Amino acid sequence: MRLERRANIPLSLAIAAPIGAVIAALLLAGILIAIAGAPVLEAYQRMLIGAFGSRLSITETLTRTTPLILTGLAAAVAFRARLWNIGAEGQFYVGALAAAALGSEHGLHLPSYALIPALMVAGAVAGAILLLVPLALRLRFGVDEVVTTLLLNFVAVLFVSMMIEGVLKDPLAFGWPQSVPIVGDASLPKLIARSRLHIGLLIAVGLALLIWLIQSRTLFGLESRAAGLNPSAARFAGVSLTGVLVKVACLSGGLAGLAGAIEVMGVKGYVTTDLSPGFGYTGIVVAMLAGLHPLGVVVAALFVATMFVGADGMSRALGVPSFIADVIVSLSLLTMLVGLFLTSYRIRR
Amino acid sequence: MDALDIFASAGLWAAVLRIATPLIFGTLGALICERAGVLNLGIEGIMTFGAMIGWMTVYQGGDLWLGLLAAALGGAAFGLLHALLTVTLGLSQHVTGLGITLFASSLTYFIFRLSVPVSGTPPTIVPFQVIHIPVLSDLPFLGEAVFAQTAPTYLAVALAIVIAWGLARTPLGLAVRIVGENPHAAEAQGIDPIRLRIGAVVFGSALMGMGGAFLTLAAFNSFFPTMVQGRGWVCIALVVFASWRPERALLGALLFALFDAYQLRLQHIVGKAVPYQLFLMIPYLMSIVALLVMARRARVPQALMQPFRRGER
Repeated sequence: MRLERRANIPLSLAIAAPIGAVIAALLLAGILIAIAGAPVLEAYQRMLIGAFGSRLSITETLTRTTPLILTGLAAAVAFRARLWNIGAEGQFYVGALAAAALGSEHGLHLPSYALIPALMVAGAVAGAILLLVPLALRLRFGVDEVVTTLLLNFVAVLFVSMMIEGVLKDPLAFGWPQSVPIVGDASLPKLIARSRLHIGLLIAVGLALLIWLIQSRTLFGLESRAAGLNPSAARFAGVSLTGVLVKVACLSGGLAGLAGAIEVMGVKGYVTTDLSPGFGYTGIVVAMLAGLHPLGVVVAALFVATMFVGADGMSRALGVPSFIADVIVSLSLLTMLVGLFLTSYRIRR
Repeated sequence: MDALDIFASAGLWAAVLRIATPLIFGTLGALICERAGVLNLGIEGIMTFGAMIGWMTVYQGGDLWLGLLAAALGGAAFGLLHALLTVTLGLSQHVTGLGITLFASSLTYFIFRLSVPVSGTPPTIVPFQVIHIPVLSDLPFLGEAVFAQTAPTYLAVALAIVIAWGLARTPLGLAVRIVGENPHAAEAQGIDPIRLRIGAVVFGSALMGMGGAFLTLAAFNSFFPTMVQGRGWVCIALVVFASWRPERALLGALLFALFDAYQLRLQHIVGKAVPYQLFLMIPYLMSIVALLVMARRARVPQALMQPFRRGER
């Protein structure tokens, strides 16, 4: 009996891997729930109710899904081209800051239909720039982008902190460090009345579709895949690796920046340094669970949002710390990696 | 006080050693993993876990050294997980490492919240006290700057020297280096690359855990989430800066801590004229500059991030 690498993975296995991974993660996290002294099945039941049990909870879960789709896409497009963008958290924050700065009453004065797209572009550009810096360092000086993008996350949050305690500080916020609020014209229309759910969800899902089309139908999609699978062969085939990586970085950083801008325009209306509960890092889990597939990202983001929103409700009822959601999500990344390993090999007798 | 007078105060140099200690532990740990060929991005989460479990052990009535040991064992456990996934299964070291960091941090917060109820002021322990080395600590300036530290700081410096010697001069050190450069050649020499890599990652991760525990057992006296603040990533950058050599890792950590200690004091002199966030950015920007300077010059272990599979080239 020996292991043999599969040439290509059948669709059924590609779908079975994340499902198996999530089940394994839920089983393992169940041990912790039991240690915390709560009935495991009831806890998971309450998590489902917490995420989908009422109109409010459903809209909350979908609101939470929106930034996760975008940061998940940011990781997925980058990882596909072997660009290790671990900086989505920082890119999220600079995108949010750009939207908040230009969307305030001191910013752009445009009618709503022009202002909203302009702010989204501004957020995306800010995010893209923050990723182009580490990419330039990699291409010019050979610096590994994993560490630089990670370090820039801290720099970005400190920069945001400096701005919201400085020039962008809201004087009416009773001393709390937060930015001046965006104007009414800059806030995203609601998708459902009397909820926080905004049209950002449609934008995120639309972008997932668009990226899927780009990746499967265009030359750029092929090139970015080739750059990831085998850089030297891609170069031999006449692909400009620098060109592809720059485009991928603009797309990836842009998506993360857009996530920040949309969170400000759709939910908060201003920036604080706790705007993101780790959307950037969680996006990596989303992308991996999705097998880096853009449409899979939407499903994976919904799963992750379900865990986070559901855990809040469950925690209130049963007293299990809501950090259990973080545990489940991070565990599912590790079990997914094992799942990918198992599906990429077959047993030969 | 003038900006340059800061360098003349013994307090600055004492702070340098104190700030450097977690970085020395972490950088040595990451360095050992990488010299054996395994990148361990689990470091940030392992340090967080070490900080919590070390503190928790003491908070529950354990001895300070027992806390340090618990942190080492906790780090080793996550290291074993990382090694099983990246060495035994040969999974992506980047993604697995990040997964370990996310898992270790979230488990840390879960356990902490489960055991310590939410309160305004976090509970405290009695941390490691400063040990004045007889005779030496009576030296003018040097005594106060160098020979009045807590026990883990002395341990960190000693470990750096022992590891530098061990890697360069012992058969085990040689084996680790060969496995990191060319695991197939190592196997031809009768060394088991897989076992050695697992061992190196477990040991390195134990050091990372101790580095985290220094924060709660000596530098501060309580645990709070996000207290590691990217120190793990700084350590990964310092390994490159040190060109994968332990003695340079010690120097790098000290140099780095010097900047950190200096900026803290400079903040007091400059006051509100310059936003404090700019000073806080310095450690991260310094790490990037360090990477920039050394990226092309550093001697990378040739088999770093290449999984070893028996019988495959």
